[in-house]
Amino acid sequence: MSNATNTAKKGGFLAGTANYLDERVGVAGILKEFGRKIFPDHWSFMLGEVALYSFLVLLLSGTFLTFFFQPAMTDVIYDGVYGPLKGAEMSIAYKSALDISFEVRGGLLMRELHHWAALLFVAAAGLHMMRVFFTGAFRKPREINWVVGFALFVLSMAGGFTGYSLPDDLLSGNGLRIIDGMIKGLPVVGAYVSSMLFGGEFPGHQIVARLYGLHILLIPAFILIFIVIHLFMVVIHKHTHYSGPGRRDDNVVGYPLMPVYVAKAGGFFFLVFGVLMLVAATVTINPIWLYGGYDPSPVSAGTQPDWYIGWADGALRLAPSHLEVTTGNYTWSWNILLPMIVLILLLVLVAAYPFFEAWVTGDKREHHVLDRPRNAPTRTAIGAAGMTFYAVLWAGASTDLIATHFLLSLNNVLTAMQISLIVLPIIAFFVTKRVCLSLQLKDRETVLHGRETGRIVRLPHGEYLEIHAPLDEHEMYKLVDFIDHRPDVARPNSQGKITVSARARAAWSRFFFEDRVTPVTATELAAAHHEHEALEGSETKALH
Amino acid sequence: MSDKKGLVPASHDSEGFEHDYSAGLAAISADKIADPGLEPHRVRMTDKSVKHEKRAARQVFYWFMASIVGSVFSIVAYFAFPISEDLGTVHNNTFFMGLGIALGMFGIGFGAVHWAKTLMPDAEVAEPRHQTRGAEDVRARAVEIVNLANSESGFSRRKLIRRSLYGALAMFPLPALVLFKDMTTDADPQETLRHTMWTAGTRLALDPTGTPIKAADLTIGSVFHVIPEGLMPEGAHKDDYLEQKAKAAVLLVRVDPTEINSQKELDWGYDGIVAYSKICTHVGCPVALYEQHTHHLLCPCHQSTFDLANDCAVIFGPATRALPQLQITVDAEGYLVAKGDFSEPVGPSFWERTAK
Amino acid sequence: MASLNRKSMFSRRRPFAAALVIAAGLLVTGGGYAAATTAVKAQQDPTVASQSQIDLGHKLFLANCASCHGKNAEGTKNAPTLIGVGAASVDFQVSSGRMPAQASGPQVQVKEAVFNDKEIAAMAAYVASLAPGPAIPTDAMVANNGDLTRGGQLFRTNCAMCHNAAGAGGALTQGKYAPALTETGAREMYEAMLTGPQNMPVFNDANLSPKDKKDIITYLVYLQQHPSVGGLSLDNLGPVAEGLFVWIAVLGGIIAITVWLGAKSN
Repeated sequence: MSNATNTAKKGGFLAGTANYLDERVGVAGILKEFGRKIFPDHWSFMLGEVALYSFLVLLLSGTFLTFFFQPAMTDVIYDGVYGPLKGAEMSIAYKSALDISFEVRGGLLMRELHHWAALLFVAAAGLHMMRVFFTGAFRKPREINWVVGFALFVLSMAGGFTGYSLPDDLLSGNGLRIIDGMIKGLPVVGAYVSSMLFGGEFPGHQIVARLYGLHILLIPAFILIFIVIHLFMVVIHKHTHYSGPGRRDDNVVGYPLMPVYVAKAGGFFFLVFGVLMLVAATVTINPIWLYGGYDPSPVSAGTQPDWYIGWADGALRLAPSHLEVTTGNYTWSWNILLPMIVLILLLVLVAAYPFFEAWVTGDKREHHVLDRPRNAPTRTAIGAAGMTFYAVLWAGASTDLIATHFLLSLNNVLTAMQISLIVLPIIAFFVTKRVCLSLQLKDRETVLHGRETGRIVRLPHGEYLEIHAPLDEHEMYKLVDFIDHRPDVARPNSQGKITVSARARAAWSRFFFEDRVTPVTATELAAAHHEHEALEGSETKALH
Repeated sequence: MSDKKGLVPASHDSEGFEHDYSAGLAAISADKIADPGLEPHRVRMTDKSVKHEKRAARQVFYWFMASIVGSVFSIVAYFAFPISEDLGTVHNNTFFMGLGIALGMFGIGFGAVHWAKTLMPDAEVAEPRHQTRGAEDVRARAVEIVNLANSESGFSRRKLIRRSLYGALAMFPLPALVLFKDMTTDADPQETLRHTMWTAGTRLALDPTGTPIKAADLTIGSVFHVIPEGLMPEGAHKDDYLEQKAKAAVLLVRVDPTEINSQKELDWGYDGIVAYSKICTHVGCPVALYEQHTHHLLCPCHQSTFDLANDCAVIFGPATRALPQLQITVDAEGYLVAKGDFSEPVGPSFWERTAK
Repeated sequence: MASLNRKSMFSRRRPFAAALVIAAGLLVTGGGYAAATTAVKAQQDPTVASQSQIDLGHKLFLANCASCHGKNAEGTKNAPTLIGVGAASVDFQVSSGRMPAQASGPQVQVKEAVFNDKEIAAMAAYVASLAPGPAIPTDAMVANNGDLTRGGQLFRTNCAMCHNAAGAGGALTQGKYAPALTETGAREMYEAMLTGPQNMPVFNDANLSPKDKKDIITYLVYLQQHPSVGGLSLDNLGPVAEGLFVWIAVLGGIIAITVWLGAKSN
């Protein structure tokens, strides 16, 4: 393809088109630059693509929905086909959402597709973030791209919540009411911000149209911009690859973009789309017709937000009783502020982690070979603790369903969650760290003594031994190629003073790297081989 | 200084950035096991045997054909499963069109990936990767451009205009603050939050029918969902029906007076009939789950629990304040009426809630 | 105005729609006022039970219920009095298998009914003979020919906070719960509203008139008879079930595909 201009002379439609494009937009240069770009292949590298493709599905299905949805809160009487709501008063927004579901062919399919794609978008983005975290892909030079990805994750939650609120049904209305209550709890500005958002008193007649503007314009635009930046940086950095033979920081091993990766990634788009379409065709999501139009008086048991807001709802539920304080004329709603602070703190920690770890390790090199999670035990343990914390908050949003489905007391479930929120992350940290270190030790054993074969032999003098099969050098290299960090002591700076920051850094370096397993060295390996040979060579020598 | 993986910094340039590539706490071992290089390529069946290659090509073809069938099927389904008043038709339309489109997608997806995996080259290749930072001459040129731009514009030199530009840039977003002012109404939210529709003599009526309630209507253990009489979607409150309802919704319960532990609660009620705001003092969900025997009121959103036998004080969950009680009595005709508005703002707390 | 234009794009316009809506509206409000004017009447069982039926009921009562509810149904510290609870309460508790209770706990569980219809009727007749109380509703009272829309509205206002908007059930405090209504019979629904079993509040006829109750039953039976239009319902548990489904089934399925995609072909 790179010689498009030459082939063009020979004629043919494709060649002609290529020539036309090259003479106008320089497509030959683009193809030369990117056509054979190498992409590493691993299943876990596809998770970001799942999020990207879900977003494309969202754009397509969402556009279809905008053709029919009307974001107005004026009252109408429903005269559509859904029996149990005939003659009911409702907002135009809710009515048009019902009409999309019941009176537009393929409308319900598109609504369900859109909602499932939204849930998948955030889920895939979250899982992608976990992959990036646990493999250390956020290290230099990718710290900024981590922050961009983080912004995308937050935007995806915002996009999801604004969409969830649009149909103006009982479930989403109560969701908005919770948001309103949280906003009112903000010190000083609460009541005014709420009045600003809702255009006066809750629920007002404005909120759906306002969220609609955010949902279909501002948020997707920002998501799109950040996706472009995100992918642009992937092009600049080239994709990371897992450690293994021949994979180094100064190369990238994988398949060329054209044709292999185009076929795989392009095909994968259709596969993600297909899975979403299959699910949309067969599984109900957000059956708004069951909830009825929004009315501030009723509420349904099991009123929950979509999963990605669950952690915020859980944080609200898990706040201890009686936190609200009144000082003179003013009210501090700590029962709302404390959960908000916890959520924001968690987000800040996630965004800041790459910079923190870089500060601790002081490692300023570029890293393009990924860590296996076990080879960074403390990071992996921190990640596991963070995930556990998030998971408890998330589960906290379903205390009522946990209670009814496992025949437990709602109150006990909630109290158990409050304790778990503090205790489980700590347990997760220590367990994960120990598991990682054990796995590293096992890797060491395997490298030094080979793989266990399960074959037991009896030596002439009666001793039993299990035969270990040696690893081939490619397999072995994967197990020894990792970075060994050593804790540091606080050192004086150029003025001869030991700064607080140096002390802190030394303490953190001990926290991270005090317990560590070093990679097998060539000398150790040679010694082990020597031992094995001696063992095999001399039947009389015992292994002690 | 050199990376164990061989990514050597471009050079130790004169500006002293060489520390940017320090290994920090990472130990560089000279005794590292040598990298054996890429694994040898394993040849696939499709590379070795024409039969397998042909079969793989056929499978790809079948997938693409299946995709065409799926797409056509979904178009057929659009017409074959129209929707009518019967909701079953909506299900059929959704189901069959969705299946068709899904097959259309899966056909392309599985076909393309199978093609890539079996028929396209599968030997992994390596490509060199370059350091992200620019080469020294590029960096030098960049610095030169910035300096040139600075000297040509006089940005550093001309303090006065630079600072006035900062001022202008700081001020220009400010009009947006007033621009968005009209997102709200002129009503002071502090004031509107303090008042509900309840006034002395307003009859308690059933939600949603608006039927006024007599004291005799309540048997012990019953719970009525109540709105002020006259609050209907059509009528005087046509324009602020939901806003008024969002503040005025009340739960009316009759309890055996001997089971009520608060004299104030008894006094504000009528013969064991007590009325409480239904709006949670946490974040405003309707607190409507009433347990007849425990007299507990539970909020389904965040599980705040209120003790109706004890001034609706919080006994569990994240709320702090008791639900506000509405003072009620009966009028001459025996209907339950409010004695006035709530004595405090209903619903979630706000900053100035206790200010007078 | 926009709504009218839009509507004509995709809804078959029915000339009588407006008239129907007005009629329905009148019916709703008219019904409401009619209900409002009826005060609570003492509910006397109109069906006359024969003495032999009462005797059989008494015998069954002494053998199966008296140990907790007292020899004369006066109640003990373990169980409430049954004087005045009426036949409806007995029919609800016994035919749903809740009574006789098997074990103490936060809530008495539904199980296979222990007695046959004749025995239940006899026990109901006996309890009804002790003092006037709510009677078992007739088939006409629980028929699903009420006002569907109004039933939905009343259900959401009075019932959904505990039983869930789709009747999927929900949690109460300290291990109690509001059961799902997806399998519940119409008569059982009526009796539950009338008698307020366990911690459920009582919905007397002044609160929900017999017509209101019938409307609610009509709505619930409609939900029972109409499977979810969108496909599998995930038990109508809402966003939590949807979230679990997307993580486990959808993302799980896609990860299986990515593993296949990344694996080398033979």
